[in-house]
Amino acid sequence: MPHRTFFWFFFPSGLAMLLFIGLPIISSFFQSLHIEPEQILMEVEKCDPFGCKTETKVDIEATTKLQEEQPLGRFNGLGTYGDRNHLAFSEIKEAWTNSLSIAEFIDILLNLPFYKALLFTLTFCFAVTPPVVVLGFIVALSVNTITKSLKGPTIFGVILPMIVTPLIGSLVLFWMIDAKGILGSFIQFLFDDPNLSLKSSSQLTWITLIIYGIWHNTPFAFVVFYAALQTVPQDPIEAAIIDGASRYERVRHIVIPHLYPVATFIILICLMDNFRVLEPIIGFAAEGVAQSLSWMIYNDLRSENKMLFGSAGATSMLTIVGVAVLLTPVLIRTWREFRTER
Amino acid sequence: MKKLLIALLFSFVSTSVYADGHSPCGVTDGSIKILANEFTTYRIFMDEVKSCAGPDADFSVTHSVDHNKLQVAALSANPAEFSAKLVTNGSITTLMNDNLIRPLDDLVAKYGSALQDNQKIVIDGKIYAVAFMANAQHLWYRESILNDLGIAVPSTYEEVIAAAEKIKASGKMANPYAGAFKSGWNLGQEFVNMYLGHGGEFFKSGTAEVSVNNAKGVAALNMLKRLTEVSNPDFLTQDTNAVKEEWESGNVALMHIWNSGAASLLDDEGDQAIKADTRLAPSPSVGGGSKPATTLWWDGFGIATNTSDANAEASFRALLGAATSTEMANANPNATIWLIDGYSPGDTAGPVVDAANRGATPYPSLPYMSLLHGALSTELVEFLQGNESAEKALADVEAAYVAKATEQGFL
Repeated sequence: MPHRTFFWFFFPSGLAMLLFIGLPIISSFFQSLHIEPEQILMEVEKCDPFGCKTETKVDIEATTKLQEEQPLGRFNGLGTYGDRNHLAFSEIKEAWTNSLSIAEFIDILLNLPFYKALLFTLTFCFAVTPPVVVLGFIVALSVNTITKSLKGPTIFGVILPMIVTPLIGSLVLFWMIDAKGILGSFIQFLFDDPNLSLKSSSQLTWITLIIYGIWHNTPFAFVVFYAALQTVPQDPIEAAIIDGASRYERVRHIVIPHLYPVATFIILICLMDNFRVLEPIIGFAAEGVAQSLSWMIYNDLRSENKMLFGSAGATSMLTIVGVAVLLTPVLIRTWREFRTER
Repeated sequence: MKKLLIALLFSFVSTSVYADGHSPCGVTDGSIKILANEFTTYRIFMDEVKSCAGPDADFSVTHSVDHNKLQVAALSANPAEFSAKLVTNGSITTLMNDNLIRPLDDLVAKYGSALQDNQKIVIDGKIYAVAFMANAQHLWYRESILNDLGIAVPSTYEEVIAAAEKIKASGKMANPYAGAFKSGWNLGQEFVNMYLGHGGEFFKSGTAEVSVNNAKGVAALNMLKRLTEVSNPDFLTQDTNAVKEEWESGNVALMHIWNSGAASLLDDEGDQAIKADTRLAPSPSVGGGSKPATTLWWDGFGIATNTSDANAEASFRALLGAATSTEMANANPNATIWLIDGYSPGDTAGPVVDAANRGATPYPSLPYMSLLHGALSTELVEFLQGNESAEKALADVEAAYVAKATEQGFL
């Protein structure tokens, strides 16, 4: 494709990306460098059904004036990035000098909100993605072999978890795993422990979330693998059959190599998706024990007080850096393959 | 406190008269969009608001348990997404901080002749909200279960735990106690109650500097931990509505929830045997203190700053009509404690009046309280799961608060 044609072909989507992705990222970055202006407090008399008393309140006029002078807030540089709710440099330094063992240091580190969230996010990413790829592949292979008349309904059934809105899907499962729900009571029966509850411990909640993640993401891998399976060339397969290759050998030596680039693509998308995990945490009411980076942003913007734009912006930037770091190996690999194909 | 009592007593004898002010109901112009919490009493109130607004009004209400999380974003926009918000002494400060609700003096002067003085929330000489009900969390118990085991109604949390353990040992119930321990606002509120019950102060007097990491804070946390041990193991996922469901399913014999819960717990739906067995008791004290470990709340409404005057007036009229409706109050005497003129309190008002008498503190209306409440919401979970010491959890609360308060400009 000539460069000129490519340019005009790409221009509309490029423009949309710049407007709706590029500019918001730049604006989040600027916001993350600022914190709210100082709040001016004053003592006033407050009367309510329980009586009158003198209480502190924000001096609205003075604070509004400050806000008008500095609409973005006070410039804080990278201060927000380094505070306790983000990278927590000073806390880490202190922990490093004060802790007696590596275990104690790690304990303190993982107690800081950002690192706690990062640990869950990465665990979720790496626990969900491989099973999704493997399961998606197996399901695609199986569906590919069943008779035509059953294919339609089966495919529908298989992609159902993806069609269900994540929040609704997780809520449905949340009630099913409740101690009195169908799955919850079955598990209690299975382990013969009437007090077993999937919601009560961090480990079990994490496992539940991960299983939910696999359930929700597998259809995506399935769809892509299934489409790719239709492109597997029939000639080498027929040749292999004539040579007496078993079904396993055909899959291992012909189908899998053919699907390799597709698998890379699925891993890329899955890692990216799972790094942003949010809805299952809300749906399973797991905020207490499992926080992700996206949940931190959500919490900054929807806490019970003023929205913490600076803090949310900083977490967003760190999330983008995280995604970039995570995807680099896969991208390098894709780039190399692309070069060799040329 | 006394004012509430006087108001309640006064309301027995007084009668409702619409003096010669304008009648608020029958709104025809301007639109009314209200954001409110989700529980039965508010539904009753909103039905009255709707009927006051009349059939021609452009009326809509959004009930959400996440109302506190939505309010700032929704009212900051100009024009705001909602013209009015039901507020409490907890949520009004956040809106006041950002100047998101407007003074109501002119509207009160025009329509508010039926308002009682204690309904007016006056801050720095201006009316910012109109209250219509008072609420507090207190103890609820199942009479037959306590009687069967010969347990007296607990008046301290130590007795609550002893009672719960006795019920557990008897095999009647596996998890006899329930409280709204859902991680988030509810969990924060449980700590606030317990800490105040121990006589704690959240901030160094007159400053935004937090101080909860002390002996009282540790005692409060340990008491919460002991309560969760006699609660459903899923306690971290149960909010007030979930606790009410547990109660109505007969899984719980003791719980500490809102007085307004009576509206749904004592209605004609659900297991009537459990309803007949449900009793209300004063909120227990704790750690040898005399104050009950609970907070006093008023619920009222505020009108958005960022809405047109026509919408503000329309919303005010409809809400005021309900907030002065003696008929609604007396038709639902047990739904809550109405602050409305002419209301005769029902049988369920006792525990709230008792809390006020015994010196329970109103929930602190400080501009930075919601930041501390937010820090409490997330940082206490690990302690309750047994992964962290009480001192560490409280140190985390303070550190999380300091980071947020610094970013907000309070420190």
